[in-house]
Amino acid sequence: MGMSAFSDEQIQRYSRQIILKEVGGKGQRKLLNAQVLVIGAGGLGSPAAVYLAAAGVGTVGIVDFDRVDMSNLHRQILHHTEDVGRLKVESAAETLLRYNPDVTVVRHQEPLTSHNAMSIISPYDVVVNGADNFPTRYLVNDACYLLGKPLVDGCILMFDAQATVFVPGKGCYRCLYPAPPPPGLVPSCAEAGVLGALPGLIGCLQAIETVKLILGIGEPLVSRMLLYDALAADFRQVKLRRDPACPLCGDSPTIRELIDYEEFCGVPIPAALAEH
Amino acid sequence: MSIDIQVDREINLKGEVCPYTFVKSKLALEEMEVGQVLRVIVDHEPAVTNVPRSMENEGQAVLRAAKLNDTDWEIVLRKETE
Ligand SMILES: [Zn+2]
Repeated sequence: MGMSAFSDEQIQRYSRQIILKEVGGKGQRKLLNAQVLVIGAGGLGSPAAVYLAAAGVGTVGIVDFDRVDMSNLHRQILHHTEDVGRLKVESAAETLLRYNPDVTVVRHQEPLTSHNAMSIISPYDVVVNGADNFPTRYLVNDACYLLGKPLVDGCILMFDAQATVFVPGKGCYRCLYPAPPPPGLVPSCAEAGVLGALPGLIGCLQAIETVKLILGIGEPLVSRMLLYDALAADFRQVKLRRDPACPLCGDSPTIRELIDYEEFCGVPIPAALAEH
Repeated sequence: MSIDIQVDREINLKGEVCPYTFVKSKLALEEMEVGQVLRVIVDHEPAVTNVPRSMENEGQAVLRAAKLNDTDWEIVLRKETE
């Protein structure tokens, strides 16, 4: 009982967190019992997973089928120069365990599809979206809504970023963007540039929101979206609400199962948000 | 001088330094009921001021913080809040 529930190493490792009144031993226990799925071991998923593991989130799942490329390294801090060519889930697991051997890392080394998304996501408490493409973004949104899982969403392109938390019943990605734009309208993954520290910032924000959800503290980033313009150094928030006409979470939903979209990339800015 | 205080639990944190003196006291108190009394023994002098201050910040009561002998101090806390 009491202190014996934590090992001496755990008390030392998490002491600066346990000291927080909002965390304490009970909160640390919640973190150790939590299971978080990170979609993508990329620019957003890297800092998110690192901080979640370091905080002692007991189980961190990583979904990624890709291998580490040299061009990933300027932002994907789970991977190091010597990891180029390795599977990202392997490189990610190794990095996370070096930060904190207390954590169980679950490797989902496969593309997320309409066939496996429900079974991969269902054991987890919270999902962190670090997907860099539309098919996965919509798939994760839809699966989390259908499974009733909170989704900590983040999105970046060049110097602009967005972050929000979707809680089922309080709006979803399709309330904002009902369907993916047709391929060709947005730049492909390889064409789109990004400043490396930008996903770093947003991934950290996603880790913070995830920890808040697990602990049940503070005001989650729900029903609002944080917009960051790095060049202007400007943060702003817009209110989000559930769209009764949303094809997924609206009053008369038309989407009742997962859809596989054609592969393409990019981040659309809806007219309502783009016109500041 | 020894005011008679009913102690419900005692922990020996000799050899521990800050912040572990506070963290371990806090973890012990978390497992106790409101109104119960915890006695903490320390031999790290800064803890005698740091632990009571942090405990008061968390809304707990400090009943006593006193030197016991050449090396040890006692800090007596009552749990006031979860
Ligand atoms: Zn919706």
